[in-house]
Amino acid sequence: MIAWTIYITFAGAVLLLLLPRAFARWIALLATIAGLALGLVALVRTPIADLAHFTTIVRVPWVPALGMNYHLAIDGVSLTMVLVTGISAVSTVLFSWDVDHRQNEFFFWLVLVVAGCYGVFLSADLFLFFAFYELVIVPKYFLIAVFGSTNKEYGAMKLTLYSFLGGMLVFIGILIAYVTAGTLDLNQLSQFQFSPHLQAWAFPVLFLGFAVLAGIWPLHTWAPTGHVAAPTAGSMLLAGIVMKLGSYAGLRVAINLFPQGFQMWSKWIVLLAVIGIVYAAAVALRQRDLKFVIGYSSVSHMGFVLLGLGAATALSVSGAVLQMFSHGVIAALLFAVAGRMIYRRTHTRELDVLAGMNLSHALPFAAFTFIIAAAASMGIPGFSGFAAEITILIGAWKAYPFAVWITGAGMVLVAAFTLRALKQSFFGEMDPGVALQESRLALDSGWNEQQSITAAEKCGACLLMLATLAVGVYPKLLLDRIMPAVEAMRFLK
Amino acid sequence: MKSADSTMSYFELLKLVSPETIVVITALAVLTFGLAAGRGKSSVTISTAKPAQSESDTSTATGICSVIGALGLAIAIGAVLLLPRNATLFGGMLVITPLTSLFKIICVTLAFFTVLLTTSEKSLRHPGEYLALVLFATVGLMLLVGSEELLMIFIGLELLGLSLYVMTAFDKTDVRSAEAGLKYFLFGSTSSAFTLFGISLIYGVSGTTSLAAISEKLASVSVQPLLGIGIVMTLVGFAFKIAAAPFHLWAPDAYQGAPVPSAGFIASASKVASFVVLGKIVLVGFAPLHGDAAWHAMVAGWSPVLAALAALSILVGNLVALAQSNVRRLLGYSAVAHAGYTLIGLVAGDRDGFSATLFYATIYAITLVGAFGVVAMVRRETGGDDLSNFRGLASRSPLMAASMSVFMLSLAGIPPLAGFFGKFYLFSAALRAGADHGLFWLVTVALLGSFISLYYYLIVLKAVFVDEPALSAARHANVVSADLLPRTIVAVLAAAVLLIGVAPQPLAAQILAAVP
Repeated sequence: MIAWTIYITFAGAVLLLLLPRAFARWIALLATIAGLALGLVALVRTPIADLAHFTTIVRVPWVPALGMNYHLAIDGVSLTMVLVTGISAVSTVLFSWDVDHRQNEFFFWLVLVVAGCYGVFLSADLFLFFAFYELVIVPKYFLIAVFGSTNKEYGAMKLTLYSFLGGMLVFIGILIAYVTAGTLDLNQLSQFQFSPHLQAWAFPVLFLGFAVLAGIWPLHTWAPTGHVAAPTAGSMLLAGIVMKLGSYAGLRVAINLFPQGFQMWSKWIVLLAVIGIVYAAAVALRQRDLKFVIGYSSVSHMGFVLLGLGAATALSVSGAVLQMFSHGVIAALLFAVAGRMIYRRTHTRELDVLAGMNLSHALPFAAFTFIIAAAASMGIPGFSGFAAEITILIGAWKAYPFAVWITGAGMVLVAAFTLRALKQSFFGEMDPGVALQESRLALDSGWNEQQSITAAEKCGACLLMLATLAVGVYPKLLLDRIMPAVEAMRFLK
Repeated sequence: MKSADSTMSYFELLKLVSPETIVVITALAVLTFGLAAGRGKSSVTISTAKPAQSESDTSTATGICSVIGALGLAIAIGAVLLLPRNATLFGGMLVITPLTSLFKIICVTLAFFTVLLTTSEKSLRHPGEYLALVLFATVGLMLLVGSEELLMIFIGLELLGLSLYVMTAFDKTDVRSAEAGLKYFLFGSTSSAFTLFGISLIYGVSGTTSLAAISEKLASVSVQPLLGIGIVMTLVGFAFKIAAAPFHLWAPDAYQGAPVPSAGFIASASKVASFVVLGKIVLVGFAPLHGDAAWHAMVAGWSPVLAALAALSILVGNLVALAQSNVRRLLGYSAVAHAGYTLIGLVAGDRDGFSATLFYATIYAITLVGAFGVVAMVRRETGGDDLSNFRGLASRSPLMAASMSVFMLSLAGIPPLAGFFGKFYLFSAALRAGADHGLFWLVTVALLGSFISLYYYLIVLKAVFVDEPALSAARHANVVSADLLPRTIVAVLAAAVLLIGVAPQPLAAQILAAVP
């Protein structure tokens, strides 16, 4: 039944092209809510034991001549990703409620990205997987280049070319796996013994290809530029789901197919991950644009995912999957506040300018949301970020204590830039320039009408906050499903 | 069948070449009608009374000629379907196999679409002659596809080539058209000379012109320089036909200068047929001299030559396309790159590789006919086909914009479009061929090429979807006429590209079953 997430969202995309614009946002909302509901039903109804293995849901011959099947499957890791996709997608649509420029087209691309992501997370056939994976690239381009803001065409092109470059590396790796093993079935491939020589070079090619999308340092530069250029919905989708495609695929395909290659290269993954965490946090500390701060924080948080994968214990990898969920929710929330709640009303994201506005009075709900998001992002206990990061660090402790020390220092930096952004954007000091700023606010004709946060925005924000709190308070909800699935993977044996 | 050659009755012969005959008769009918209509029209123009009247006359004549031509081609497709499964005439002069029948159908279908798209071309002063040339070229294609004998292949090539030269230079009001026609003719006739020279050398060594017999002969003959020269010369001729670098110089000019339907025809049907024949020549005729194109274990033969052509085409085509500002020229360079991709399957040299090549050539042809359909539309609405003319197409005509994005993204190899599956098929076939992934280097070059290519395809789509329409374009946009037929055709082709991408099985299975 979970397969219907894909069909419903694709159907929504097609309907968006056909029906008049009055229906556009409702179709998008219904399609994404249906996806989320299906995910939740699967979470409740599927017995945990069934999620320990990549269990086939659908399997239909597609191109028999080449051994391609339309083959979907699910396990605890996939289910977690499907859930975060649903949550981010619904809130993204809610936060795009008042998009009125080329509405159908906007929601079409948006829903297409969501549909492609569902497809990636549920595919059990390598070709199908890759088709969905590449399908997500182009909608991102249009979403940013048509509907974006700052330097949008550059950001869109950079992001697309980086993604496609990663895609080409993945193409090589997938072809080699397919041609050598003679099958495209992920379950069969994960039983196949590839020669160590092949794994030694095929693994880094494949993993690096995926890691480009996950924002691995030093190939992360598309992420901040892309996030800044993208419309709010685009940033939320990018940070919330699309970056997870890379890390999920790295785990599901690269690590699972080439375990020996993974063993050879895992310390390099850890090294790059730790550099990414610290470097991105340090860069974020110096940014003046709020979206750049969040963009770099995304890279830093995705570094935790890569660290968890690289540490290669059941606990750290489960933590990494949990972090994918957690970051998906938190990043969406952060971008929603910065891009939607603040920027729509002040038309600026410059921290220095925002500092003079004292927004905590003008936008109390936004301030509240941002505090929650910042707390979750910093890793305060009780939010999902804490649960995920602590799991990763405990899991990595044995193998890489040194990396954990450095990461701990990096977390201080994360706290520092998050607090700085929070303080400057909402609790700025009244400085002499304030009179000027206030007059600007008063002059902005749209200000009064748009002042209050809309109901759609509140719903979206509450959904995201609820998700991060629920998982933060009770991480077992997901971890119980993730751990067995991770333990069943070959690289741990 | 073979034993009956000498006693074959003319009736039998006529039955086996009925598709070709039908197309020739159609061509003559179109020519006659065009002449009749043309005479009436010229008397009107001489009186210079109603120029507007004469223009509408021409477009009516174009419409009627197109319909006659399309009808004839449709009947020809039916005739191909009625052919026996296997037959051989005159020792391989003409053969009928599932492969030839399938590709006759494909070529005629492509010609069918080209003919229908011609209705939107208002600049044609002599539609009858033009469409007759398209049909004669189609006959050339059918002969080319349906022969396993070098002489017949050469005749087919010439019939095709001569028609195409004239089609390219057909727009007498446009200097570019004349330039393109002259360039195409000069390059083409030179390369024909190369091919003929190569064929004669091969005949000298093997004593026969039938592909199967050549193959038998070559297996027992040691490789000698004369034979090597013969093979290389023949390949050069075909490299020209498929616009592989470094024999591609005519392509951008022809694509840019020729009347749009001609360019579409050159890019699609002519290319498919050339790949079928090239595949037959190297895989059947030169089979014993395959050689090996693996990186560290190159063995002399035709496959390293084709591999070098492929790699060079991919790099040159994609890199030069980056710098183009005219969409037709851009498509011309992208055609060079695609010729490179398509060759990879032939380099692999097995059944899988050949069917991958044929599959890719077919979907590429469908894509390009559609893309040129959109170009024609834009050209008529805005008076040009530079990137700037495509600006704001999304707001002027969403359907054309959507179709264009399907074509461009398919060329770039984005799922779920046909080009994506085609590339996967092609590259996996290449990697599977030979021991130890010998063609890995070629596949890497191709992937690098398709990475580069995404940039310029996106630039086209950026103009279509992102950029605001230029002022002149906006002014012209007011005179959009509702020409339903070409738009429908373009939409149908876009749907086909999408459908083949989502469900490649029918076409792939057809081709795989047809390849011997």
